[in-house]
Parts: sequence; C-alpha cells; structure tokens
Amino acid sequence: MEHIVLRHRDIPDLHKLDVYIKNGGFEAFKKVVTTMKPEEVIKVVQDSGLRGRGGAGFPTGTKWSFLTKNRPTYYVVCNSDESEPGTFKDREIMEKNPFQLLEGIMIAAYAAKANVAYNYLRGEFWQVAKFQDECIAELRAQGFLGKNLFGTNYSLDVFTHLGAGAYICGEESALLESLEGKLGQPRLKPPFPADKGLYEMPTVVNNTETLTNVPMIITKGAEWYKSIGVPNSAGTKVMCVSGHVNKPGNYEFAFGLTLRQLIYDHCGGVPSGKKVKAVMLSGASSVVLSGSDDILDMALDYDSVAKKGSALGSASIIVMDETVDMSWVLLKTCRFFKHESCGKCTPCREGTYWMLNIMERVGKNQVTKADIDLLNNVASQIQGKCLCPLGEFAVTPMLSGLKIFRADFDSHATDAKAAAKPAPAKAAPKKEAVAG
Amino acid sequence: MLAEKYRSQIESTLAKYPADQKRSAVMQLLYIAQSEYGYVTKEAMQEVADILEIEPTQVASIVGFYSLYYDHKAGEHHIQVCTDLPCALRGADKFAEDLCAKFGVKLGDTTKDGKFTIEGVMCLAACDKAPMFQVQNKEGIKYYENQTVESAAKVMEELGKK
Ligand SMILES: Cc1cc2nc3c(=O)[nH]c(=O)nc-3n(C[C@H](O)[C@H](O)[C@H](O)COP(=O)(O)O)c2cc1C
Ligand code: SF4
Ligand code: FES
Repeated sequence: MEHIVLRHRDIPDLHKLDVYIKNGGFEAFKKVVTTMKPEEVIKVVQDSGLRGRGGAGFPTGTKWSFLTKNRPTYYVVCNSDESEPGTFKDREIMEKNPFQLLEGIMIAAYAAKANVAYNYLRGEFWQVAKFQDECIAELRAQGFLGKNLFGTNYSLDVFTHLGAGAYICGEESALLESLEGKLGQPRLKPPFPADKGLYEMPTVVNNTETLTNVPMIITKGAEWYKSIGVPNSAGTKVMCVSGHVNKPGNYEFAFGLTLRQLIYDHCGGVPSGKKVKAVMLSGASSVVLSGSDDILDMALDYDSVAKKGSALGSASIIVMDETVDMSWVLLKTCRFFKHESCGKCTPCREGTYWMLNIMERVGKNQVTKADIDLLNNVASQIQGKCLCPLGEFAVTPMLSGLKIFRADFDSHATDAKAAAKPAPAKAAPKKEAVAG
Repeated sequence: MLAEKYRSQIESTLAKYPADQKRSAVMQLLYIAQSEYGYVTKEAMQEVADILEIEPTQVASIVGFYSLYYDHKAGEHHIQVCTDLPCALRGADKFAEDLCAKFGVKLGDTTKDGKFTIEGVMCLAACDKAPMFQVQNKEGIKYYENQTVESAAKVMEELGKK
C-alpha cells in the first residue's frame, strides 16, 4: 500500500522543498486559498471521516466547525508534544516529511480563518524544531507564507514553540497554558479551546499526524480518503510498535489490519519465537490486554478495539513477551505518571504517589497480599475524581493489569504461600519464567 | 547581560508572539539563559523577567515546573538515558547501569571531573531505537540511538575533550 502520512518512504528526499513541490506539494494549499471558502474546506475534511490521531479520535472537521463565530482572531496549534511512552511517529513525520505537515497546518489555518499558527514541540525535539524553523523560513522565502498569499488578501505565518520536558503539556489546554508562558497545567473545561483557546481566542488544536493527512484529502477528495480503512475509521494510521518484536518501528496501514498481522507479518514476530504475554495499544496509559488469540485477531480500528474494552488512541503498541513480570511493567508506568502528574489536583498528585509507593515495595518483595488489595483500592479511588485525563491514565493500566495478571503481583508478596519458588530478587523481567 | 549579547535571538523569539503576549517567550529565553550560564541562575531569572516584564517568581516557577531547566550546577553534559517502559523492555535499565558503572557513578550523579551527569529519564520518543540517550548541554539537545555501552562511552569521551 502507498503511504499517506509516511509518504517519504515512497518518495526519496521528500523533506526537500523542491522535491515536495515536484510531487504536488502546496497545490492543495494554493487550491484552498484561491478557490475555496473556509467552510468548504471544513466540509471536505468532515466528509472524509478523518479523526484525531492524538488520542481521543475526535472527528477533525467537526472540531473545526465548532469554532466560535465572529471573533477578531483565530489560532491553529499543532500538538507535537509526543511524550506518551511508546509513541514516536510525529517525530518521524517532522524529520522526514516536514512540508506535508506544514501544508496541513496551513490548510487548517485557512479553514479556521487563522493568520498565525504554532507548532508546539516537546523540548527534547530541539533539533527537529531547528529543522522545522528552516523549513518555515524556506516557505516564507518562496512566498507560501507571508502577506497576501497568491495575490489574495489572506496572510499567514507559522512558528514553532519548544516545550521543556512535561508530558502534561500534550493535554491541549495545558499545552495552551505552556504556549502562553505559564505552567503547563490543564484548564477547567468548558470553555473549550474552540471557544477560548490561545490568548482567549478560538483555537484549533490538532495532532501532527492528523494534520499531515489533510493535504492529500484536499488533493484527492473526501471520497478517496473514506474508501481507505473501515467504516468509522477512515484512512490510515501510523502505528508505533515497540517492545518485544523483531522489527520495532513505525508502520502505516489502513485501519482494519489485525494485531496478529501487524506483529507477525510486518514486525517480524517476537524474538526467539516467544509468546506474546501482554500488549498495550496506546502507550503507558492504555488498558493492559492479554496476548490471547482473541486479542491478537482483533482488527486495529477504533470500534473493534473499543469492543475489547480498550482504545486505539495514538496506536502506540507495546508488545511484551512471556518472560515479562507484569508487576515490573506497572512499576514503570506508575513511576511515569507519578513523575508527570502536574500536581494541580489532589487525587492524581497523592494517588500516583501512593500507587508508586506500594509498587516500589512490590518490586522489593516487601508487600503482603493485603497491600496489593490496597493498591487496587487506591487506584479505584482516583478514578473519576481527576481534573484531567492524566489521573485516569495512571489508573487504567493498573486496574486492568491487576485484573488479568494479579499472580505476577502476588508472587512478590511475603505471605503468598501459593508461590512454589522464591520470588526473584529484584524487579526485572524474569529471564526463564514460563508463559503466564 | 543576555539582553545585549543575544539581542537578535531574543527579538526574533518575541516576534513570534503578539506584542502584548511577551510572556510566551519565557521558555525560549530560559534556554538562552541556560546555554549562557550552564544553568538558570538567580540573576538569569531576573534578567529574563526584566525582558518580559514579568515577576522573577513567575520565571522561577517555570524553571521548577519543566524538567529540562536546571536551577543548580550539575555536569557540563547531561547524559539522559531513557529507562521508560518500551526502552526497558529492550534492555535500557541494564544499559544505564553498565554505563554508570563504567564512569564510576550512580544514576543521577555527576562524574568527579564535573563533566557528566548521568540521569534516567522518561520516554524520549525513540522507543524503537533503544538503548538510547540524549545529551543536553550548552549547544542544546542531541539524540543518540541504538547504543551500546561502548558506543556511548565513545560519544562521552569525544564530548569530554571539548
Ligand atoms: C495527559 C495527556 C497527554 C496528551 N498528549 C498528547 C500528545 O503528546 N500529542 C497529541 O497530539 N495529543 C495528546 N493528547 C491529546 C490532546 O489533549 C488533544 O486531544 C489532541 O491534541 C487533539 O488532536 P487530534 O484531535 O488531532 O487528536 C494528550 C492528552 C492528555 C490528557
Ligand atoms: S489529573 Fe493530574 S495531571 Fe491532570 S490536572 Fe490533576 S494533577 Fe494535573
Ligand atoms: S521509552 Fe525510551 S524513548 Fe520511548
């Protein structure tokens, strides 16, 4: 299949402006600016069925149509914060196919009647941001950005903004706070960004991959896009596969491929022919699923994954083989969320602290079964009480992991007589354990 | 003084944001301050605050919130090894441990010569290329992927010569 987002894999040197232009680059942007009304652009994106690739899967065109009317200023902000453990697609897009993303941002800006757009990159993407700045400077020099584009009265500028290491800034309202030069802490919603976003003005926030789809949708049409994938999940998805597969990396496929096909036909299977013990489909914040046939044969599209009690999210697929101690996995996710909690609300700030506290004792074999029950209890208490989804993200893997892999936790409990052999000395993947 | 020495850089940063929203430039200005002084000193916070016409305490809270800013002196080069889940599944914990052993430090510590602070950090969006680390120093941030202890040690030796 030809790539839509990772088109640089089909066209060498697509990161160079002349090559991008030779391959139809910026024709879509020119088309919208010179021949279409903003509402018409929104309609095409709506009809295409494109949904947000940043996690929530919200229909993109619909989001754009929600912008509050008749305000003096509008903004478009691209979310390139990419900090979910297991996610590394936006970085490849920006490094290898930067102009398609920029064209997507520019089309979104025209549709939103914005004259300024920002791309917010996580601070670690220092070099990527430098490269984006160079690309933007080229576009300005060639007249694709600036005043009175293509002789119309539409003007547009795009700027990068570098974060400084905070996962929470991926949450759209925290991202906007950060862009305003404040602490990256989520805002209460409503108001939503479409009404009061950046500097209190209506703002579209979209993920990098989402926007990279847009130029091709304008060029080839909504029907074309919709014909790829499955109903309710139009187009392709870039899947970041990490962990125990022979060929980890980004893979772009039409929605509907099964997990088994992805792991075994494309990622070269699991090293040493081991079995899949567990998978997480949307990074560290996802539901822990077992590696059962039922799960492996699940199609990777929004609805099929939801039916199994999980969510496709950003499709950051972490594969874990049969040697992995799932309590060690949950110790890792706990550490992440404790570190990344912004501290604004108590259930998340305190809850992640206590979960980590117990998990660290699990790792040192200093718990009883009652402590593990307490862990379950703490996690349940956090649920539904947090200001933003990060708190929920911390709980989701914990509760699902405890449910399916409780034995991996109990084997660290001092009073777990059931454990025939002594528990391993430290929290690391078990080397010679059998399928769990 | 940052304001004079980095005038054009500061001006082009401020030009990104509306004239009445100078505060948006705080993150970029802090990077400039950090590359000038090695870490964000009290004086630097005051300088940044003056440029942006905000309170130094506001600048200080930004420094405290974001993990890529430092308010104290550490190694000249921060060697930040990702030890988050996906990398750890591919041996990142052992890599970090062995690298530390080679330089005679514990994770989080600075080498005796003051050149390196080796830290364990959260996911850096390079999970398919583990083990990996980034180097943060005066020049910015750079990624090193698909590493071995030997290749990492070589990178560090080169950095140490500068
Ligand atoms: C804690 C947290 C972290 C998030 N991180 C990201 C991120 O790194 N990148 C991203 O695009 N969306 C992230 N999101 C989702 C954004 O809030 C938002 O839904 C998304 O950027 C919208 O873009 P889309 O509609 O194109 O998906 C995060 C959400 C939460 C709650
Ligand atoms: S849930 Fe956590 S990250 Fe979200 S606002 Fe509360 S403390 Fe901050
Ligand atoms: S987990 Fe190490 S880069 Fe993602």
